[in-house]
Amino acid sequence: MELILLLFIFVLAGFLGFELISKVPSQLHTPLMSGSNAISGITIVGALLATGLGEGESQLAVWIGLLALILASINVVGGYLVTDRMLAMFKGGKKKQ
Amino acid sequence: MESSATIVNLAYIAAAICFIFGIKMLGKAETARRGNRLSAIGMLLAVVVTLLDRSIVSYELIIVGIVIGGAIGAVAAKRVQMTGMPELVALFNGFGGLASLLVGSAEFVRQSGAETLIPATSAIIALAVIIGGITFTGSLYAWAKLAGKVSGTARIYPQQKRVNAGVAGAIVLLAILLPILDGGISAGVVLVLLIITALALGILAVMPIGGGDMPVVIALLNSLSGLAASAAGFVIQNNVLIVAGCLVGASGLILTVIMCKAMNRSLTNVLFSGFGAQVASGEVGLDSGGELKPISTEDAYYILESASNVVFIPGYGMAVAQAQHAVKELAGILSNNGAEVRFAIHPVAGRMPGHMNVLLAEADVDYEQLVEMDDVNPTMEMVDVAIVIGANDVVNPAATNDPSSPIHGMPIIEAHRAKTVFCLKRGKGAGFSGIENGLFTAANTRMIYGDAKGTMTNLVGQFKDSVG
Repeated sequence: MELILLLFIFVLAGFLGFELISKVPSQLHTPLMSGSNAISGITIVGALLATGLGEGESQLAVWIGLLALILASINVVGGYLVTDRMLAMFKGGKKKQ
Repeated sequence: MESSATIVNLAYIAAAICFIFGIKMLGKAETARRGNRLSAIGMLLAVVVTLLDRSIVSYELIIVGIVIGGAIGAVAAKRVQMTGMPELVALFNGFGGLASLLVGSAEFVRQSGAETLIPATSAIIALAVIIGGITFTGSLYAWAKLAGKVSGTARIYPQQKRVNAGVAGAIVLLAILLPILDGGISAGVVLVLLIITALALGILAVMPIGGGDMPVVIALLNSLSGLAASAAGFVIQNNVLIVAGCLVGASGLILTVIMCKAMNRSLTNVLFSGFGAQVASGEVGLDSGGELKPISTEDAYYILESASNVVFIPGYGMAVAQAQHAVKELAGILSNNGAEVRFAIHPVAGRMPGHMNVLLAEADVDYEQLVEMDDVNPTMEMVDVAIVIGANDVVNPAATNDPSSPIHGMPIIEAHRAKTVFCLKRGKGAGFSGIENGLFTAANTRMIYGDAKGTMTNLVGQFKDSVG
């Protein structure tokens, strides 16, 4: 049952996603891509849970989790920062008008 | 549900709302920057609240991981040049995919150690590992192509499709086997095999895709990285991963479709046809009737000096030469000289969606000077000089007038209808896709060979000399 519920959420989120971004000006294609890429770093939550397991649980899982955490952190921090940097440039171009 | 878990879940809902509004705002120029920050706040919220989760008992490694990863990400984001954006986006994509693969694997190890693994979970772990693995090596290979570490052209070898189908079939078999085995050592072996085959498929799938099709591939890999996160969300039964990952999956897919439409090709054609490789071997010399007519920058200067309507058409060559600042300077001088100056941007110019927009924004080109393909084409006959900077397929007239051309039907910027066309090109070879371009030999076209940045700087210098 739990699985069905999650699947339900997944499907609804998919439709929501298509509705949200059906028309994007081409100027924003790259920022949208790198910004949404940063969001996909949400997998960091799973990495945190695995890394923080502690002594009682499988240590292999902890170390795999740590590797995942490092990669997801790169994805999240780098993704948001570079998107912000890019969008700042777009702003600068507009203000001159 | 205990109260702490309720709080965590409520915070996850708030984070999901941040992502939804964030991604919506990213789609509009005025709100994009705030949207990105809002989604970053959502991410921070999700991370902080996860740290409060009861199952987390050890924080040392977490701090280590976040500090290392965060520092690498921050430095990369600060240092990257705007011309290197496609590579960076590809790399980040890949890391996200690998992280999701590892999250799935860690959960597999933990649950099979605790003997709580059920077949349904195994099946979902298989899915997360497959998508994450393909995303990782696919992105890494795309990065290598973009960065010039491997040849950027499509790579075709005999029986390629069969090999790929075989690997895909092996993945399906292993994915079916994993839940049947119900944990234990043998299941662990199957998981490792599954990871290896998924990693292999990522490389094999990107191999036959040429550089000109990279915008599609990057967008699709972006979509996959989201779906990988979503699959990891199913594994650890976490809503915020599922929702956020799925949003990214949808947005990436939309971009993919936009890119395909801009080339008038289907996604399957882009992914599986080995486009470019076949053309290079088969149809060279298609339009070589005319002659290439080189022109010196001095002569080019005199033509530009008297032009009253100029359109720049940038392509990947501008990125390679890092010519955007010099281009902007020349555009400024031409404007001051009384010419109407515009930049015509093809949706798939460059190596990722929106690539040219980013470069021109970096050079501080006025947003109002940028025009899209559909708006510039009707005015092309009034254009005195069209300056093509390292673009090729997106201005190839064969797309409109040669039904036998492989790119026939692709919408192009019709530079050939301008009164005079300058093509800035490094050498005489065919373009990235290997398709001959009739524009280069047309009667109204003059070739300016050499580094685009050098040519631009040279032209700027001549204008300055004539004033002084």
